[in-house]
Amino acid sequence: MKKVDITRLFAHRKLLWVGFLVAILIFLAAFPLYGNAYYIRLLFYMFMYATLSMSWAMFSGATGYMSLAPAAFFGAGMYTMAFLQEALPFPVIIVIGGLVSFGFALLVGLVTLRLRGIYFTIFTFGLVMFVSEVVAYTESHLFHAIGRHILPLDSKTLFYAMLVVAVATIVAIYFIRRSRLGLAMQSIGGNEEAAEHMGVNTTRIKVLTFAISAVFMGAAGVIMAPNLIYIDPRIAFSPAYSFMPILMSVFGGTTQLYGPVVGAAIFAYLERTLREQLPEYFMLTFGILLVLVILFMPHGLEGLVSRLQNKLRAVIWKSRKGGETEQHANT
Amino acid sequence: MRILEGQGVTKYFGGLAAVSNVDFHIEQGEIVGLIGPNGAGKTTLFNLISAALPLSSGEIRFKGQKLNGLKPHQICRMGIARTFQETKVFPNMPVLQNVLVGAFFGNPNRVSAADAAGEASQALGFVELSAVSTAPVKDLTLVSQKRIEVARALATKPELLLLDELMAGLNATEVSEAMELVKKIRDMGITIVMVEHVMKAIMGISARVMVLHHGEKIADGTCNEIACNRKVIEVYLGEEAHAGS
Repeated sequence: MKKVDITRLFAHRKLLWVGFLVAILIFLAAFPLYGNAYYIRLLFYMFMYATLSMSWAMFSGATGYMSLAPAAFFGAGMYTMAFLQEALPFPVIIVIGGLVSFGFALLVGLVTLRLRGIYFTIFTFGLVMFVSEVVAYTESHLFHAIGRHILPLDSKTLFYAMLVVAVATIVAIYFIRRSRLGLAMQSIGGNEEAAEHMGVNTTRIKVLTFAISAVFMGAAGVIMAPNLIYIDPRIAFSPAYSFMPILMSVFGGTTQLYGPVVGAAIFAYLERTLREQLPEYFMLTFGILLVLVILFMPHGLEGLVSRLQNKLRAVIWKSRKGGETEQHANT
Repeated sequence: MRILEGQGVTKYFGGLAAVSNVDFHIEQGEIVGLIGPNGAGKTTLFNLISAALPLSSGEIRFKGQKLNGLKPHQICRMGIARTFQETKVFPNMPVLQNVLVGAFFGNPNRVSAADAAGEASQALGFVELSAVSTAPVKDLTLVSQKRIEVARALATKPELLLLDELMAGLNATEVSEAMELVKKIRDMGITIVMVEHVMKAIMGISARVMVLHHGEKIADGTCNEIACNRKVIEVYLGEEAHAGS
């Protein structure tokens, strides 16, 4: 009886992964050539949520500081687009949107990252409300009108822009996780006091990584704005943009890079289809799903995957052992 | 040479003086024991030296340089490392990563990844934990976790090491192993101050012992001097016991 040697497959695992990822990337990049408009839009949302979730998990997942601020940085990106749309080319605005959010997060971080635990979380939530109010106030007093129209861009341009930002986010976070910065963030999440005593400048690391995570959110915001056509402070700074990335990361898991990506892809699909098919029960279904995930998948999809992996390994080990004893019996 | 010196070191928690007007000095290369009943201010003194807490008054000097106003990470980079009474490890990180944090960040200069990895595995070997370097720290026993804290501190390349109750919760065999470890660290040229309740350990390896009581230093001397000191006996055994003897 011929058997496929599974161990040899595992030896080329890294190569297989790279090939797999490149194949996915080619599939996605070529999608607008043959896919229909509905799915182009769906993928656009998946990229957007993946970017938000990854950047949220990069900071909050590693350091344990639960930030509810993504909406503030995402919205800042949208307003950057609103102000600059006629003055500068789109790619330049995307970069500027990232930088605006970076600077904004730097300021916020310097003030708030001295707070710990629930106080930090509450402050970041308050920040979103505060920014929303300040923008509304400024608009009504300075421009005598709340809300702004954004010139629409064609869906393929937006699709590719969001894809590029999502891929850039993945690559950047992949390297950050493996760098000194990643180790420092992890040590802060593990035990901040010990990290500080081991020479980690915790304040600087926290502020810096918080701001880096905001870059991607801001860039995604710039691209989201033309998709909405009209924004006002309530739309741009909607708390949903803070909560969704967290739900997606919890669902996917935060310890691996793929967790938030897969979580975002599945949730974006669910969100789109549930909104269309069960608009009344959309939030209810969402809520039930989340409760089930938290109850039965404590580490999200990642936990499920590693449990399955262990089971699979046990099965392979058993079958191999079985084969060996058979051989021994024959000799 | 005096590596560490404190003058009028005082710390108030509200109205309570946890450490009160303590003068002390540590000579380079010695092992100094710091003892005293619970609540005497031993750990508070460590927290003041490592800048976990700011001084209320007084000053501490390390190799002649004033430490007042510095942050814990700066203290660490200057060459003072510590362990914790309640172990403070990075529970979800593998053993080697825990030590790597010290190797990467505890040095005043930028350390290359290769150097840090070498440093970390060397420190792990020193505490005899190389075998478990990939295991998550939370899966290890208390003894191993304490050794990881020591390795992590050593990876920062300290000149002065503060050990806070390294031997608490260890059995007799483990205590003598820990004593060997401390001696080995001193032989590397690292000065050690250790807070300890295990008298056998203190008397066995310290060159000198300081005794704190209610935040005040009541005695300072060699092990023999301390063991015969009236005040120390009163504090540890109570006045009647002394009167009866």
